[in-house]
Amino acid sequence: MKSTITCATLAILALPFSLSASLGRDATSVQQDVAKMQGTLRTSSGNAYKLHEIQTPAGVAIKEYASPVGQVFAVTWKGPFHPDLRQLLGSYYDDYVQAVRTQRAERRGHGPILVQLAGLVVEVSGHLRSFSGRAYIPQQLPAGMHVEDIR
Amino acid sequence: MKPTARVHDSLWALLAGILMATAGCGGSSSPATSSGGGSTTAANNVQTITVNTGPTAGPPINSPAINEAFTSVTVCAPGSSSNCQTINGILVDTGSPGLRILSSALTISLPQQTGTGGNAVVECLPFVDGFTWGPVQTADLTIAGEQAKNLSIQVIGGTAFTNIPTSCSSNGAEEDDLKNLGANGILGIGSFVQDCGEACTVTGSNNPGLYYTCTSSSCSITTESLTEQVANPVAFFASDNNGVVIDLPAVTGAEASISGSLIFGIGTQSNNGLGNATVYTINPSTGDITTRFNNNSFSAFLDTGSNAIFFLNTAATGFPTCTDLTFFYCPTSTQTPSATNQGANGASGTFTFTVANADSLVTNATIGVANGLAGPNSVADTFDWGLPFFFGRKVYTAIAGQNTPGGMGPYWAY
Repeated sequence: MKSTITCATLAILALPFSLSASLGRDATSVQQDVAKMQGTLRTSSGNAYKLHEIQTPAGVAIKEYASPVGQVFAVTWKGPFHPDLRQLLGSYYDDYVQAVRTQRAERRGHGPILVQLAGLVVEVSGHLRSFSGRAYIPQQLPAGMHVEDIR
Repeated sequence: MKPTARVHDSLWALLAGILMATAGCGGSSSPATSSGGGSTTAANNVQTITVNTGPTAGPPINSPAINEAFTSVTVCAPGSSSNCQTINGILVDTGSPGLRILSSALTISLPQQTGTGGNAVVECLPFVDGFTWGPVQTADLTIAGEQAKNLSIQVIGGTAFTNIPTSCSSNGAEEDDLKNLGANGILGIGSFVQDCGEACTVTGSNNPGLYYTCTSSSCSITTESLTEQVANPVAFFASDNNGVVIDLPAVTGAEASISGSLIFGIGTQSNNGLGNATVYTINPSTGDITTRFNNNSFSAFLDTGSNAIFFLNTAATGFPTCTDLTFFYCPTSTQTPSATNQGANGASGTFTFTVANADSLVTNATIGVANGLAGPNSVADTFDWGLPFFFGRKVYTAIAGQNTPGGMGPYWAY
C-alpha cells in the first residue's frame, strides 16, 4: 500500500471507555482497542482505507482496516497468542463463538477456523506460539479492494 | 474407569494394545501397561494409538470424530501406586505440549498447584479453535512403560473455578466438556517442552495471561515458572525422553478404525532409530517449518490434532469447497498435488498428498479414518499438515533442547 505515515504512539492510559470494539464500529474504537490491549498504535492512509496497526506487549501484531469514512471493516492479527478477540470482534464475538462450536461438531475434529456467516468472515489458523487470524465484513470492503489485500 | 493393573512383560503390553484397539476408545477401558518388575531391560516405549470415532461417537453426544488419534493414560496421585486411574479417549496431539484431562473423566483426587497467597493456580490454554480452562494439578503419569513423575497437568473444567476471567474467555469457544473437547483429554507431545514458555514467567502487560491464581470467586493473572508450567510429559521420562515417533499405517479412502504406535524416544532403542528419515529442523520460536507449494513459501506444521490437511483456499488451489461443509475441499475427482517441506536447516523433500471429495469420502457416521480429507486455511498462508499426513509414514517429533542422533531438537523427521 502506498501510504503516508502519520505515526502516533499513544500513551498507555487506562482511559474509561465503553467496551464497544472495533469490527463494524467507527475508527474511534481503534483507540479503545489500543487502551484495552495496552498496545502502541501506528496509523497510515492509503487510497481506499486507513490502516491502524497495534502492537500488544505480549507480541501480537494487529491491523485494523477502516474505510475513508472511518468504519472498521476488517481486522487481522498475528502472534504467539490470540489477541482479545471479544474486544477485537466486538458485537460479532458471540456469533463467532457459536459458529466455532457448530463447526467443530460438523468437522468432527479439531483444526483451523473458517467461519462464513452472511455478514461476517472469520479465519483463525496456527497453534500456540504462532497464531494468526483475519475477520472482515464482506459487504463493507471498499470498492476495488479484494479479500487478499487484507493481510 | 478401572484402576491401574500391572502387567509383567511386553507381550502382555502388546496384547493390551490389541485389545484396546479392538475395543476402540468410546467404550470399555483397558488395563494400563507399566514397566515390569525385576527386569533390567529398556522400558516398553510403545503405546498403541487408535484412530476412530472416539469417545463422543455414542449417546448422549452422538458426534463421531474423524481422523483423531486416541490413546489411554494412567495417572496416579504423586508417589501413590493405588490412587490411580486409567483414562482412555485421550487425544494424541503433536500440536500442543502438556497433558490435559477433563474433570468429568477424572475420578481420583490430585494435589492442586498453588501460587501467590496459597491460592490455586488455574490455566487458560488457547487452542486455534478455542480454549481450555481449569486448575493445574500434579500427577504421576504412566504410559506404556514410561513414567513422568510430579507432572503439572491441566484438569479441564470442573466445578471449582467457574468464574472464567474475561481475559481467558476472550480466546473464543470454551472447550471444557466432552462435547466441545471431543476427547477425555489431550496428550500434548509436540516439539515444545512448556505450553507457554518464557512469556508466562514475566510480570506486567507482557505476560499473555495463560496462568492465574484463583480464589473461589475471582482470578488474577500470575507468573508461572518454566518448571511449574504444564509441559510435554515425554521430556520428564527417565529415558526415551527426547521425542516421539508416530507410526500409522497407510490408509486408502475411508475406514472405521486403524491402529498404530506412539513410540517414545528417538534413537534410544532398536525400535525408534531415525533410519533414512530426513530431519527438518523447526523454527524454535514459532514451532514451524516451511512448505513450498506452487512456487510460494508458507509456514507449516505437522499436527496429529488437526483432522485434515488444511491449506490455502480455492483461489490458490483451484479446489472448490464442499457446498455444505465449507471447511473441506470437494474436488470433482481425487487430486494428488505436490508440495515440498523445508527445514530451517535447509533440508528439503518433495511429496504428493491426497485431496479427495470430502462429501464422497465421508458418507456416514461410522467412518473414523479418511485419507484425502483436506480443507482451506487461507488466513495466514499456513499449511496445517493434520493427521492424514501421518498415514503411511513414521513421523519423528524431537523436543526442543533435547539431543538425538539426528541432532538437537526441535525438529520433525520422516
